[in-house]
Amino acid sequence: MTIRSDRDHGQRYRPRMSCLKKLEATVVQMQDPSTGVKGTDQKLNVTIIPHVITGQDIVAWITKNMNIDSDEAQAFGTMLVAFGYIYPLQDHKKLVLRPDGSLYRFQTPYFWPVQKWKAEDTDYAIYLAKRNIRKKGVLDAYEQEEYNKLHKWMNHKWDFIVMQAKEQYHAGKARQKADRVVFDCQERAYWIVHRPPPQTHSAMDYGLDRHIDPNAEEKKTYDYYRRIIIYTQQAVMRSRVKSSVSLGALAKYITTFKNHDPFLVPCLPSNPWQTDDDSYWELNTPDVEIPTKMRVERWSFSFYELLNDPRGRADFKIFLKKEFSGENLAFWEAAEELKWGTAASMSEKAEHIFKTFLAPGAPRWINIDGRTMGLTVKGLEHPHRYVLDAAQTHIFMLMKKDTFYRYLKSPVYKEMQKKAISPAPHNFSEAQLQQNMRNRRPSIDPIITWQKEQEEKAKAEAASGPVDIKKLMASKLDRK
Amino acid sequence: MACQGLAKGETTNTLKAESESLKAKLEEERAKLHDVELHQVAEKIDALGQFVMKTRRTLKGHGNKVLCMDWCRDKRRIVSSSQDGKVIVWDAYTTNKEHAVTMPCTWVMACAYAPSGCAVACGGLDNKCSVYPLSLDKNENLAAKKKSVAMHTNYLSSCSFTNSDMQILTSSGDGTCALWDVESGQLLQSFHGHSADVLSLDLAPSETGNTFVSGGCDKKANVWDMRSGQNVQSFETHESDINNVKYYPSGDAFATGSDDATCRLYDLRADREVAIYSKDSIIFGASSVDFSLSGRLLFAGYNDYTINVWDVLKGTRVAILFGHENRVSTVRVSPDGTAFCSGSWDNTLRIWA
Repeated sequence: MTIRSDRDHGQRYRPRMSCLKKLEATVVQMQDPSTGVKGTDQKLNVTIIPHVITGQDIVAWITKNMNIDSDEAQAFGTMLVAFGYIYPLQDHKKLVLRPDGSLYRFQTPYFWPVQKWKAEDTDYAIYLAKRNIRKKGVLDAYEQEEYNKLHKWMNHKWDFIVMQAKEQYHAGKARQKADRVVFDCQERAYWIVHRPPPQTHSAMDYGLDRHIDPNAEEKKTYDYYRRIIIYTQQAVMRSRVKSSVSLGALAKYITTFKNHDPFLVPCLPSNPWQTDDDSYWELNTPDVEIPTKMRVERWSFSFYELLNDPRGRADFKIFLKKEFSGENLAFWEAAEELKWGTAASMSEKAEHIFKTFLAPGAPRWINIDGRTMGLTVKGLEHPHRYVLDAAQTHIFMLMKKDTFYRYLKSPVYKEMQKKAISPAPHNFSEAQLQQNMRNRRPSIDPIITWQKEQEEKAKAEAASGPVDIKKLMASKLDRK
Repeated sequence: MACQGLAKGETTNTLKAESESLKAKLEEERAKLHDVELHQVAEKIDALGQFVMKTRRTLKGHGNKVLCMDWCRDKRRIVSSSQDGKVIVWDAYTTNKEHAVTMPCTWVMACAYAPSGCAVACGGLDNKCSVYPLSLDKNENLAAKKKSVAMHTNYLSSCSFTNSDMQILTSSGDGTCALWDVESGQLLQSFHGHSADVLSLDLAPSETGNTFVSGGCDKKANVWDMRSGQNVQSFETHESDINNVKYYPSGDAFATGSDDATCRLYDLRADREVAIYSKDSIIFGASSVDFSLSGRLLFAGYNDYTINVWDVLKGTRVAILFGHENRVSTVRVSPDGTAFCSGSWDNTLRIWA
């Protein structure tokens, strides 16, 4: 366990908590005598508390002045309470803003949350000790626990703590009763924020500290500048595209896929998450026999979409088989496996690919230009993960620019478009929806699906692999 | 990387001047092609209708803050990790817990589902990324088959499988990203360039699949070539830490969420920031972002417990979602776009549709 007391990593200067500055500005506005939230005096036991505001007034002010609707205003108000800029007078341990007549007060700036330093344990100990002095047994169970813990590990300065507690207690007694009550409320609210009761959280909790101080300036040596120069030179030379072209492409993508986005256009027959009916997933499994019309349409958007969908890729393979040009896709798939496979299997895969696709007279020889072939074969002498990149890109482009378009015009695709189904939208009654909810179907474990896929793949490979003439002749001779 | 020493007549000041003039030249080149704004292009597109997005599932079971989650490719299972070291695999549709692992460290900030659906990867304050193969036997102790893959010198902030179960990309508080071979634990490539903690990374969904983007506490979003380890593009327009980066579905742009309370869209081909998603009433940092399937909607989780939904083209906010009782730490859209999942420091995960 590391001790973080003096290793701050620049947390205190973080703009990460810049939200606090903005909250403060809003809180100051809210306290403006003429345009702020109107407060009244409220009787609490026997004292009168000044400047008390109600939850609904806070929400109304935020709604009006920040130009947002009341739900958002309430959420914003809850943040103000969670950080301790406003504290509740009733139910003081729950730091939320209730949009009703619940009573709140603005916290004094002395007790505003500060991002520069954490609320100290020493101060907390003094606070608890002070309350203990006033009346024994007034501490909550969790506070008593904390008090005991602090007493244990701060034992060496406990005299100091008790002395401070006594001084503060006496100073408090010298105040007017009303002021004392108000101050006690404020102080209590501060500690609820910084030492949250059990089952609640502190808004000041920001998670882990960062490791590297982002405010630490890197030393500006010649090395630093040279790196920037090299990077910027390359950046200047990069080709870039006119905004109208690239932004137009982004917009075009959105328009193309609009009907396929379940958040924009309801998916048919229905969204399983909304109706608890998983037909949509059943109709769109990776190996479904008849795909839906939407799915088949999506294959036509781009070659990437076709390949990415296992059902689409399977259909494309059928087309390629008819054209006797399956070796291109097979090579591309093999190259993908090499690129993303384990380091250990690389040389073996590279050799297999060479024998099957690239060697002169190979059984599934791919037709690439001489230069690329030369480069690739040379690279295969010392195979690495990206050795097939040039060849793979060439083949991919060939498929993308030529084969893909012929596929879209082919009888294979057109037949698929005809066969594809268009499920009708579900129209569940409330009772049916309730029933669906009770009968949510579990699905096959992905591990089983994966195992099946691997088996299918192995079978397909064995079936389509290059025929070993020697073995075939040997088996024929054997039979004789 | 140490460059050559000072040549004759060069001083740190001359180099500084040269770098400044080059930076100015870069801005000039970028400005030449800056002929239209995104909202102008968006004028021709129809406005969105009203949205009804509700919590459809609430997943309770973590004992502490949920820090990260990822979807399985089967579109209904998820893996989530939390501050107390627990990593849980759920069937989010039925809300059943299917697997649970207890990590030997707290603050498991990164978790990822393998493409095959047969394993999960996770890591955090242990500075490592470990892969746990999942089992059909519910009684099996998954920790027994755990494989330690990545080793960083500080906390693991994010991890992602590439196109297969065999490689993992990680980012760390030590300021670097790295690509690892799962089986051997070998470091395949490391990526240096950030000057502070790297908090997030995302792989490009393109057919070439060779780049990824990372965002860090140095306010920079960097695009990297996975093969060479080079930083090919860099964007520095945020005013504070970048908590999350996500690619646009076409791979030609990416969005970021930052502690400066804005989300921004960067176009890779135009090489500049093209949109800022912000509002005066949103003053708390955005912790996590993700696009809907078409790219039209950007879902962003914030530190003020809300989720804001933005119209990516028009730059307006189309919905604000309430429900979580503490910071929203992670937001991810499901693989088929039918729902998105949010994880929060209130110990729960919610599925919205």
